[in-house]
Amino acid sequence: MNRGLLISLQILVAVVTLVLWHIASSTTLFGDPKTISFFFADPISVIKRIWTWFSSGTIWYHLGITLTEAVLAFLIGAIGGVVFGFWFARKPLLAAVFDPYVKAANALPRVVLAPIFALWFGLGIWSKVALGVTLVFFIVFFNVYQGVKEVSQPVLNNARMLGMNERQLLRHIYLPSALSWVFSSLHTSVGFAVVGAVVGEYLGSAAGLGYLIHQAEGVFDVVGVFAGMFVLMAFVLVVDGLVSLVEKRLLAWRAS
Amino acid sequence: MPNENSHAVRLHGVSIDFALANGKRFEAVAPVDLSVGDHEFVAIVGPTGCGKSTLLNAAAGLLKPASGSVEIFGERLSDINRKAGYLFQQDALMPWKTVSDNVAIGLEIAGTPTRVAREKAQEWLVRVGLGAFGDRFPQMLSGGQRKRVGLAQVLIRDPKILLMDEPFGPLDAQTRLIMGDLLLKLWSEDRKAVMFVTHDLDEAIALADRIIIMSAGPRSRIIGDFPVTLERPRDVGEIRHDPRFNALHREIWDALRDQVMAAYQNTAGAPAA
Ligand SMILES: Nc1ncnc2c1ncn2[C@@H]1O[C@H](COP(=O)(O)OP(=O)(O)OP(=O)(O)O)[C@@H](O)[C@H]1O
Ligand SMILES: [Mg+2]
Repeated sequence: MNRGLLISLQILVAVVTLVLWHIASSTTLFGDPKTISFFFADPISVIKRIWTWFSSGTIWYHLGITLTEAVLAFLIGAIGGVVFGFWFARKPLLAAVFDPYVKAANALPRVVLAPIFALWFGLGIWSKVALGVTLVFFIVFFNVYQGVKEVSQPVLNNARMLGMNERQLLRHIYLPSALSWVFSSLHTSVGFAVVGAVVGEYLGSAAGLGYLIHQAEGVFDVVGVFAGMFVLMAFVLVVDGLVSLVEKRLLAWRAS
Repeated sequence: MPNENSHAVRLHGVSIDFALANGKRFEAVAPVDLSVGDHEFVAIVGPTGCGKSTLLNAAAGLLKPASGSVEIFGERLSDINRKAGYLFQQDALMPWKTVSDNVAIGLEIAGTPTRVAREKAQEWLVRVGLGAFGDRFPQMLSGGQRKRVGLAQVLIRDPKILLMDEPFGPLDAQTRLIMGDLLLKLWSEDRKAVMFVTHDLDEAIALADRIIIMSAGPRSRIIGDFPVTLERPRDVGEIRHDPRFNALHREIWDALRDQVMAAYQNTAGAPAA
């Protein structure tokens, strides 16, 4: 499909949604506009609110906090996942012993951890980073584990015949293979880093997008809630776009 | 009488088993004796599943024989065969490295400075006819091109022994001829000892000094050993029209057919391993 046409259609979806929303909240076509805008706000006020946030510059501080938390959560979770994934994949006994515990830990809903992290790390950014880490870590961990386990046997044998010792195998075979799995799950893990940050903020903090939305909810400021959600969505789209750029460079060898 | 060291590879009563999931053992190769002289080009032909790859893996040191021993230039092999280069039946290039890096890696890990290794890699790519493809990744090449990269990757290390497992297997007939000529040209420069596995008798006769025939498995054996006396240099495409080629083909095929049938009847009647 033509790229220009695709983007036009995508924008059309947004415009139609906004127009329907506007009609619903300002005319009697779908019911009482007062009630509708009480529950769903109205697009004009939401856009105005977003505009005020950006023109006064207050939003940048919150975006910056959320971004910092997400980046830290991603880096710490990813590095931890790579290290432990490698270690477990190379030590089958270790992996077998810890298997049920890893699965149990991963099955835990992260929301229940938020108060504990707040207790441990305070209400600053670190409790949110910790929440993000628990999400990112497992994704990266499982992917690295898989990547190391599933190295193609002929490639491995070939590398050994070419004279590689264990250390060189690690560097030239296991690591690239594991990283290619990590990169292919980059969208998911980066997405979860943002989720961790925002949920953490939502459950208790003094800054960030999650905090903004929570504040607005606390005073039934529906316009604020919707404005916060739209900024969050745009933020995630931008981050996802950046990930796609990085991915294109790192996985250039995976020609389609 | 040739002394011990004139043999590049010597398999002494080598048999190979595999452990199966059900706890039984599968005897793939019965005790086999085979020697490959230094500078000798030996082709190994046999029906599919007879254990050709298995035998090469034993010579490469990737598989431990259940019994017998493997000697490389008179020394008993106990680990990876450092004197051998191995062109695998399956794709074995590192997909995350460029073609040029794939070729250079064998030198780099041995301590050659990166710049020198790259230059050598480029030279080898030119020799296999892929001089302009160094920056590509393996996935962006055709099957035949990947095999040529594999050849450059193995030969750049200048191994004394070359193990090749159906290297031209997935290629079309024309490309096989071209690859055969390329291989003979490169081989004639220093005449490494070669173990070349193929299921194509024509290809075996055109390339090799000697042809080994293996029986159908399990407990596969060597059931024929034919010298090929056609003089070199050979043109892989032309030589098929030589009357001596056809005579040899018929002779080997007669023996092969009889023996394969006999081997088949032997194993078909034998109790399961
Ligand atoms: N890891 C393994 N476990 C069990 N059986 C195996 C294993 N590898 C090979 N075999 C069996 O050993 C026999 C020989 O296999 P091998 O791959 O050497 O055959 P081949 O002669 O190379 O066949 P082809 O021409 O199809 O490549 C086959 O019957 C195969 O099923
Ligand atoms: Mg095979």
